[in-house]
Formats: sequence, structure tokens, C-alpha cells
Amino acid sequence: MVESAKGMNDLSSEMEVDAFRRLFPLRFHERHLLESVRPDARPLGKARDTSLALGAVASADGSALAKIGSTTMLAAIKMEVMTPAKETPDEGCIAIEFHMPAICSPIVRPGRPAEAAPVVSKQLSDTIVSSGMLDLKELSLVSGKAAWMAYLDIYCLDADGALFDAALLAAVAAFSHLQIPVVSLNDDGRIVVFSKESEGEKPKNKPVNEEKRKLKLRSIPFGLTCIIHKNYILADPTAEEESIMETLITIVLDSSYQLVSLYKPGGPALAYQPIIQDCIALSRQRVGELQTILNEAICDMEVD
Amino acid sequence: MEVDRADGRTPNQRRPVVCTRGVLHRAHGSASWAQGDTKVIAAVYGPKAGTKKNENPEKACIEVIWKPKTGQSGKPEREYEMVLKKTLQSICLLNVHPNTTTTIVIQVVNDDGALLPCAINAACSALVDAGIPLKHLAVAICCCMVESGHVILDPSKLEEQNMKAFVYLVFPNSIISVLPDGSKRPGGEAMEHGIITSVTHGVMAVDDYFSCVKLGRAAAAELSDFVRNSLKLKAGNDPSKVG
Repeated sequence: MVESAKGMNDLSSEMEVDAFRRLFPLRFHERHLLESVRPDARPLGKARDTSLALGAVASADGSALAKIGSTTMLAAIKMEVMTPAKETPDEGCIAIEFHMPAICSPIVRPGRPAEAAPVVSKQLSDTIVSSGMLDLKELSLVSGKAAWMAYLDIYCLDADGALFDAALLAAVAAFSHLQIPVVSLNDDGRIVVFSKESEGEKPKNKPVNEEKRKLKLRSIPFGLTCIIHKNYILADPTAEEESIMETLITIVLDSSYQLVSLYKPGGPALAYQPIIQDCIALSRQRVGELQTILNEAICDMEVD
Repeated sequence: MEVDRADGRTPNQRRPVVCTRGVLHRAHGSASWAQGDTKVIAAVYGPKAGTKKNENPEKACIEVIWKPKTGQSGKPEREYEMVLKKTLQSICLLNVHPNTTTTIVIQVVNDDGALLPCAINAACSALVDAGIPLKHLAVAICCCMVESGHVILDPSKLEEQNMKAFVYLVFPNSIISVLPDGSKRPGGEAMEHGIITSVTHGVMAVDDYFSCVKLGRAAAAELSDFVRNSLKLKAGNDPSKVG
């Protein structure tokens, strides 16, 4: 019994590794943690390989494909002209929707919306709006008359853990890729979008927003999800790890390391101050990494 | 005073709390919790046989239904449901009634700020009223960061909207144990210092977050005593409530 408490005599020597992994998932992971390594050969505090491609959807005004390990998110922004609300006549608006189609995970059934989708959706819009990354005034066209409505849709193509981090990365990348369409006022005082076909002809009316085609992004938020299990902190968990060790903590820091969100919805483990500080330190490191990845993706885009 | 509050409270002053249990006749357990003008009623039904799909049948399943004051429930309500569900899962002894579902219905009566903490406190009292086995109670509190860097407790709706940032925190209540160090964990830190749930809105410095945690923890200890006393009172004068 004493030996089994140490995790040494737990049938692991008698059965195949795959069988042990399925039958005793928690013990399988804990034996890895004892050796400070994870089943996918990562150290505990290291995030998976991350890649980012801008302009993945040609028909959208701004889009990005983000991959963290095998978690894949596709984000696209569609711009529409709307009449701004009375209370905020010179501000535009953003609407963020997160979708989890049945393709992304065996847990999601077609037809029935996934439980996690509206929650991630809400978290994303809270984070993006409260981080102050976007100045909604930049989305204004004619004060009180017309402003941009940005529809940001994020599709999860492969859900393998840390959904929020990947979705947030895809969302900010899509905003940094966003090219606002050129519009002009026609004779009736209505806004019309300059279409590509009519570019050759001499436009009748002057475009309203010729110079401001890009949004200025200030203090971009980046997220890192960690698992707290006993005294271990596992950065950027996979779906398997998330299902076995249930205490998740998501920290969002912006580029100047201000705390945008610290989200820990319950879970069996309690978060003590030293653990939270360690998680914040990991996120700081991660913000640097993601910042570089985003800048490289933007550079690649400009070269093309 | 550095911070002027519209209702004349000091920064560390919570609004008066009223907790009544057994308010609903048909529910297995119920409680209403009011913090100033914010009021929530929670009802517990269960444990009923069987768990929902995608839930572990070897454990008890917790289901939370959030009813807003008016209108249909949308994304914010879904998020509240999820936070509440995960928070309650962490305080319930899920192995006592495996393969059962306990439903908690939250009805918002009035929202005047700190709604989620209020609902968590109400749900907790309702679970006690229903006799659902719990590890410990959870006490929830809302802290606000003012522009000037001060922290105020338990904001009203208006204060919440005008704040730089606010934090919802849930702490376990202190366990009165037979063992002298019952509530200490091996590391030497008291259990009630651990955070069960943390939800933040708005940008703040990391140090500001920790000062919120510190103040919230002190307020949670007070609340925890209040809950303990109110539960004792009720247990004394209503022996008929069984099963």
C-alpha cells in the first residue's frame, strides 16, 4: 500500500502504456508530472507550438487562422455600415460570435449548440471590449449618421484545449489584418461601398474614408490558460489534460503587462497567491512569445 | 475619506445582507439572498436519478438554470450558469450521490450590482437548506477598483458601471475543525485564503488585483461568520425540514 501511494506499484509495469493511460488517466498524468514532463514531451510551463496566418479568408475584410498545437481557430471580420446608437453618435460597434461546429470535437453534437460556445463568446467580447484595444470612435464614418459595425466570427475547427487563448489570438490577428473598405456618400446622402469593378471608372463622389483604412490597435491582449493540479502548473493544456485535471485558470495580459482578465471558474483546486503569481509570470513570458508571432505574421503579410 | 460613494458608505462597507431560507414551499431547498437592493432567490431540486449527456455518471451532476429578471436568457446568463455550476461543483461532495442530478434554479429578483456573488451566496444557502452534502461553504464578494487606485467593496450597479475594473471573488469559508490545524493545508496557508472562483472585468495592474484579493478575503471572512450564524439560527428552530 505504501508503494502504491508512491505510484510505483500501480499495475503500470504489468500493462501496456496505452491501456494504463485509458484506465488510470489521472495516475498516468501524475507519474509524468513527477518527472516534470508531460505526455507530449513538453515541460510543464511551456505552451505548444503556435502559428498564425493572416488573410485566410479572401472574402472577409480581415481574417486570420491561429493554431496552438492542434487547436485551430479561424477568425473573420465582415464590416457593415449601420446607423450608430443615439447615446454614442460617433462610435462604431463590434459583435463577436464564437462557433463550435460539430467538426471540432467529439463532445459537440450537430444541431445542438455546444455548452462552451456562448461562454467563450461572452468572455471574448468582454476581454476585447474592456482591454481598450480598439477605439470605437475610429469606426465612425459620419457622426450620428453612419458608422461601421464589425462582425467578428470565430470558428473552432479543432478543439484540443485552451480554446479561449487560441480564439483570442485569432481575433486580435484578424483585427490587425482588417482593411476597412472604402465608402463614399452618394447623392441621396447614403453610404455606398466602393466596389472593385468600378475602380477603373472615375468615381462620382469622393470617398469618405480614403486615408483611414487600418485600425490602430493599442495594448493588444494575449491569453494563457493554465491547469492547477496540486502544486503543479501546466501551461496551455490539451483537451485530454483539461478533462482529467479540472482546475483551469485563464490569465489575459496586455502588451504592457496590465491584467485584463483573471478567470478561474471554480474547479477542485484552490488558487493561492503564490500559485497565481507563478501563473502570471508564465503569462508574461507567453505575451512576449505571442507578440513576436503576431508581428512576424504581420511582416509576412506586408512582404507578400 | 478618499472615496465618496453615492450611498454614503465607507470603501470597506458592504451593504446589509439579508438571508432567508426555506422561502419556497415546493422546492427541496431554497433561499433568498439580498445585498442592499440586489436580490436573488435560489431553489434546489434533487438529487434526481440519472445524469445528463456528457457528464460523468460516477459523480453527481450539478445543473444550474439562471433566470434573468426580464427577458430571455442570453450569453451573459449562460456564462453565469457555467461559473456557478463549476463553483458549486467544487464545494459539493459529488461522490456521495453518484449518477444523480441536482438542479439549482436562480431567479434574479433585482439587480443592483454584484449580481453573481449574490447568486453564489444564495445558491450556497439553498444547498444547505436542501441538505446536499457539501465540503464547505463558499462566500462570494465583489471588489471594485476606482480610477484613483482605491478598492471599494460590494458596489451598486451604478458604481460597477463607472469603475475602472471590478473583480468577483469566491473563497471557501473557514472550517471549524476538531483538529487544531484543521483548516491549514500542508504549505501552512489557511484554506480560506485560496480562491475558488475569480472573474474580472476591466484593465488593472497585477498588484491592484492582489490588493482586491486581500480586501475581499477580509470581507469574505466577515460574510462567512454571518452565514454560519444564520445557518445555526435556522437549524435551531425548524426541525421539521427533513427530506
